[in-house]
Amino acid sequence: MIEIKNLKASVDEKEILKGLNLSIGKGEVHAIMGPNGSGKSTLSYALSGKEGYNVSGEIKFNKKNLLELNTEERAQEGVFLALQYPTEIPGVFTKNFLRTSLNSIRKANGESELNAIEFLKILKEKSTELKIDDEMLARPLNVGFSGGEKKRNEILQMALLEPSFIIMDETDSGLDIDALKVVSNGVNSLRDPDRSFLIITHYQRLLNYIKPDFVHVLSDGKIVKTGDWKLALDLEKEGYGQFIN
Amino acid sequence: MSNGQEFINNYNQGTEYAQGFVTDVETIDVPKGLSEEVVKFISKQKKEPKWMLEWRLKAFERLQSMKEPDWQKPKYPKIDYQDLYYYSAPKSLQDQPKSLDEIDPEIRKTYDKLGIPLLEQKRLSGIAVDAVFDSVSVATTFKEKLGEIGVIFCSISEATREHPELVKKYLGSVIPMSDHFFATLNSAVFTDGSFVYIPPGVRCPMELSTYFRINASNTGQFERTLIIADKGSYVSYLEGCTAPMRDENQLHAANVELVALDDAEIKYSTVQNWYPGDKDGKGGIYNFVTKRGACRGKNSKISWTQVETGSAITWKYPSCILQGDNSQGEFYSVAITNNYQKADTGTKMIHLGKNTRSKIISKGISAGHADNTYRGMVSIHPKATGAKNFTQCDSLLVGNKCGAHTIPYIENKNASSEIEHEATTSKIGEDQLFYCRQRGLNQEEAVSLIVNGFCKEVLQQLPMEFAVEAQKLVGISLEGSVG
Repeated sequence: MIEIKNLKASVDEKEILKGLNLSIGKGEVHAIMGPNGSGKSTLSYALSGKEGYNVSGEIKFNKKNLLELNTEERAQEGVFLALQYPTEIPGVFTKNFLRTSLNSIRKANGESELNAIEFLKILKEKSTELKIDDEMLARPLNVGFSGGEKKRNEILQMALLEPSFIIMDETDSGLDIDALKVVSNGVNSLRDPDRSFLIITHYQRLLNYIKPDFVHVLSDGKIVKTGDWKLALDLEKEGYGQFIN
Repeated sequence: MSNGQEFINNYNQGTEYAQGFVTDVETIDVPKGLSEEVVKFISKQKKEPKWMLEWRLKAFERLQSMKEPDWQKPKYPKIDYQDLYYYSAPKSLQDQPKSLDEIDPEIRKTYDKLGIPLLEQKRLSGIAVDAVFDSVSVATTFKEKLGEIGVIFCSISEATREHPELVKKYLGSVIPMSDHFFATLNSAVFTDGSFVYIPPGVRCPMELSTYFRINASNTGQFERTLIIADKGSYVSYLEGCTAPMRDENQLHAANVELVALDDAEIKYSTVQNWYPGDKDGKGGIYNFVTKRGACRGKNSKISWTQVETGSAITWKYPSCILQGDNSQGEFYSVAITNNYQKADTGTKMIHLGKNTRSKIISKGISAGHADNTYRGMVSIHPKATGAKNFTQCDSLLVGNKCGAHTIPYIENKNASSEIEHEATTSKIGEDQLFYCRQRGLNQEEAVSLIVNGFCKEVLQQLPMEFAVEAQKLVGISLEGSVG
């Protein structure tokens, strides 16, 4: 489903991804682990099309080369990036943002836009599942949210937008154990034969709750080892030292 | 379509200034230039009483010894006041059509196109409109209906004839005739604008509004509006403005005076969308306006809300003179400048009475090569015991070639007062844009969303029908400003 070939990315002439290859099948959950500075966040930005990166190679997704699409076109194709630090937007109510977002994606895919009533019905359903109360949705987007609320809000957006490829960038960072469970349960409930995940993380902890099909080690801009979920346990024990030149 | 949508117009036509068309009508023009004869001509055209002409001539005389101010930040080439026309009116309106159906179809079409139908059967419900075309009022809707409860809503020209006692008493009572160059110029040559009187204890049942249209070229528009809210009354008034696209700069120098007596409240909203000039800064309206309200009675309140998106240069400070004890003044402003537009705007809150309160919320947004200045004054006089002011000025920059400035003046002569001032300047964040786009919004939608969030406190002050359209206008004004 996703075929990444010889992906290179640099910022200000500094090469960070140095020819990365990765193939993710439909319904699969892949985890990418790696030390600081190995290029994990850059990979998530290269996949989602953030500006400011010089990217080459190929990312095939649903027969399209993502590198030819801009950020919003990729999102409309079904690429979703759950951010490590979701951005605050003052004055924009979370509910309104969610509806604008969902309607932009529906419109791009030739579906009708939802009116307020239709939207609120869906929102209620999804937010109840994630134990998100209305009060949070009535606040400006991410403004004054706790770390856990921000991440739950990201999961809620995943549930609403129903993307087919989800990238999670260090979603576990800054979460206490209860929040981690809520987030993991949310992700697990979204696992689907038609949906693929790429979970980027420092620690093996998250993978206790979301069990990946494959684990890759990213070091110095390349994938240096691939295994099943047991690889994560080894890494937790041995550290990344063995992969750093 | 909602009324507001019809009123402010359909802005779906993208970056092009959708109101930039010209109406082809035969006009009566006065010879070019400023002179006593021109002042007399205007007065005669308006069939004004003698006292009104004398008042104008006095202003004209004062003007001879006055100089144009030049302390503002946006500079402009010297205006040749002898090279301007001071009066232009469609010929068909000369004899004042008796009914709305008699209005020249070309002019009617103009307003239809702008989304302001003047004909009976198409009228906007709940909103009464006075339509001003260049130097004359074309029509005022719902006049009779409002008259039944004693509300007077007509053109200022008509008011000088029909309600001279009110006009004599209040005209120039808030903005003195010789206040400053543009106010005096306006006093000599003002053409049309609205007159509103709300009798004691009446809550005006509909939104009153005036739609200003500049059509003729090389012509200055000198609007004069006077609103009086008598004891215990309430009125909400809204003005909208558009003009054709022309390469020359055109002057709109208005005087707006508001008077609120005991326990009265006036809410005055402006959605200013004059032609802003092209993307290289050619053409556009010089919007040099004096707006001032007097809270003359105790417990009175005047609230200004302005959404300024048009004009090449916007230079105005809608102000409140808080004379009555416990009176309140408010100023909510969104000023958006894009391309080469410039704005120098803000307010003056003059606290004279006891326990007077004022609130200033200003949001300036600057994009392209534009320059946006907030300039404001809070002045607490010795007798204003217990006065309070809160000021918040936020500036948002889109891109890195634009400017934002905040110049607050504070004068305090009473130790019991409380004055608060907060100011922020921020840049529209790349992370915010990325986040929105990652969720499927395109660049323009993302900018519009973020900017609307930034302006929310002000936009929600607008009458509901107009708030939605103002939000759209905010988005459109910034199209093409990023990326």
